[in-house]
Amino acid sequence: MDSILNWITGNQQIIYIVILMIFVGIEVIGHVPSVLHTPLMSGANAIHGVVIIGAIIVMGKAESDNYLALILGFMAVILGTLNVVGGFVVTDRMLEMFKKKKKK
Amino acid sequence: MELNILTLCYIIGSVTFILGLKMLSHPLRARNGNLVAAAGMTIAIFGTIFLYKDDAGNKLHNYGWIFGGIAIGGIIGTLAAKKVKMTAMPEMVSMFNGMGGACAALISLIEFGHIPDISTAPTGMLIIIFAGLVIGSVSFAGSMIAWGKLNGSIKDFAFKGQHLLNILLLLVIVGLSVYLTGWRPETAKVLVFGILGLSLLYGVFFVFPIGGADMPVVISLLNSFTGVAAACGGFLYDNKVMLTGGILVGAAGTLLTILMCKAMNRSLTNVLIGSFGGSSNGAGAKKQQGSYKEITLSDAAVVMAYANKVMIVPGYGLAVAQAQHACHELEKILAEKGVEVKYAIHPVAGRMPGHMNVLLAEADVSYEKLLEMEHANEEFPSTDVVLVLGANDVVNPAAKTDPASPIYGMPILDVELAKLVIINKRSMKPGYAGIDNELFFKPKTSMLFGDAKKVLQDLIGEIKNL
Repeated sequence: MDSILNWITGNQQIIYIVILMIFVGIEVIGHVPSVLHTPLMSGANAIHGVVIIGAIIVMGKAESDNYLALILGFMAVILGTLNVVGGFVVTDRMLEMFKKKKKK
Repeated sequence: MELNILTLCYIIGSVTFILGLKMLSHPLRARNGNLVAAAGMTIAIFGTIFLYKDDAGNKLHNYGWIFGGIAIGGIIGTLAAKKVKMTAMPEMVSMFNGMGGACAALISLIEFGHIPDISTAPTGMLIIIFAGLVIGSVSFAGSMIAWGKLNGSIKDFAFKGQHLLNILLLLVIVGLSVYLTGWRPETAKVLVFGILGLSLLYGVFFVFPIGGADMPVVISLLNSFTGVAAACGGFLYDNKVMLTGGILVGAAGTLLTILMCKAMNRSLTNVLIGSFGGSSNGAGAKKQQGSYKEITLSDAAVVMAYANKVMIVPGYGLAVAQAQHACHELEKILAEKGVEVKYAIHPVAGRMPGHMNVLLAEADVSYEKLLEMEHANEEFPSTDVVLVLGANDVVNPAAKTDPASPIYGMPILDVELAKLVIINKRSMKPGYAGIDNELFFKPKTSMLFGDAKKVLQDLIGEIKNL
């Protein structure tokens, strides 16, 4: 029991972030009209590409003779970039069409 | 100093993610929202590359590998995203989502390999590594299957006891993770690959039995999975921007999934144990009620050209046939004849919620002509002709009248209220819910068989000749 309480105290910052972000995530999405659901899903998809930062850290820390870590890290960077870049570009393409519509 | 700037970069990143999602919720600001989030992401990424220091104060190295990876991923990602057709968008989102999941799983795998001695590793760290590994791999494998299903290269596949197997697989994965965390066996370095393999297998079996048209729900769910997997990375490195971004998407994706489930009248638990699609087969055997009548192209052209108000109900069939441009053509030519044309958009029409809007927007259909379900239902009684293009379950009155129907309770478009209903389908085959649609046998209803695009083009030709 004590160890759990200690863990909570030790990680309270992170726990606060998690709880608050859950509410923010729900609040922010709650007002989205269904028209924008697909671009929104695509945009959210691009945002979780933030995982690439983890890939960069892993890659940048790998010793230059640890080939397994280097190769896996390299793949992780490629995949993460695909997620980020592809995600944002696809979303932009979708939204571009909405924008064009509005001007008319 | 440098670390403080990095912290600032991460704060900017987190704020732009929230702001970006917020702006994405408004049609006028959506595009800027996406750009804001992208800018924040760029700041966070380059901040990490140049400013990050580990606990011992060492900077990152291997810049060649990092920039090489970013260049390769960036070029492939941009090309793929630029070249993809609008109708293939859902596949693309699924594909990119899978990449993110795989990335998270790889990070966990490498970090596990970095643990010098598993018996002294902190429990919390192990739990997070396993969580990232399992969720990331499930998301990757599931997204790849969803991608294959949407582009038609993978067929639906289900066998008896599959749901039991799925639950069993999940239990084994959790059990193995608990065993490795709690007992720290010597063989952990090998067993971790067992977790990886089983998680991939679970991801495959999780999506396999689900019908192609249900993929949006699955992709949305896997999207939030990947968010959580990214957040696990944030825990691991005590990296706040990964944590906020990941949890934000995890929460938002879950809500979006629930919204989609509600629109389709499915429960989320039903989704989670991977049991929809297959379970509704029972009703498919129901006998056909009476006979249907067909309408010829020229008759259809005449009734539409001389109607006061025509409502178009686009669906999955329109997306598959890529008929959005032909649809807009028809709308224009009818408008020239003084017909009021509007579109009734069901929330789950097409391959993803909002997919129809995107498709029709691509074809330059004006925003004001797209009616959401509630408004459309108000207008049906004053509508002369409803043209249903490849939609089925979203106009099935069984959702209101037949409590035994699998789609009972799902909100539908009340096309029956209009004076005449023309339904374009490729055949009399039931929609993805596998149930007959009694609407087709109503006296008001006429069937117009054929590929949506071809039928629309022929209709345009007929109307021009009138």
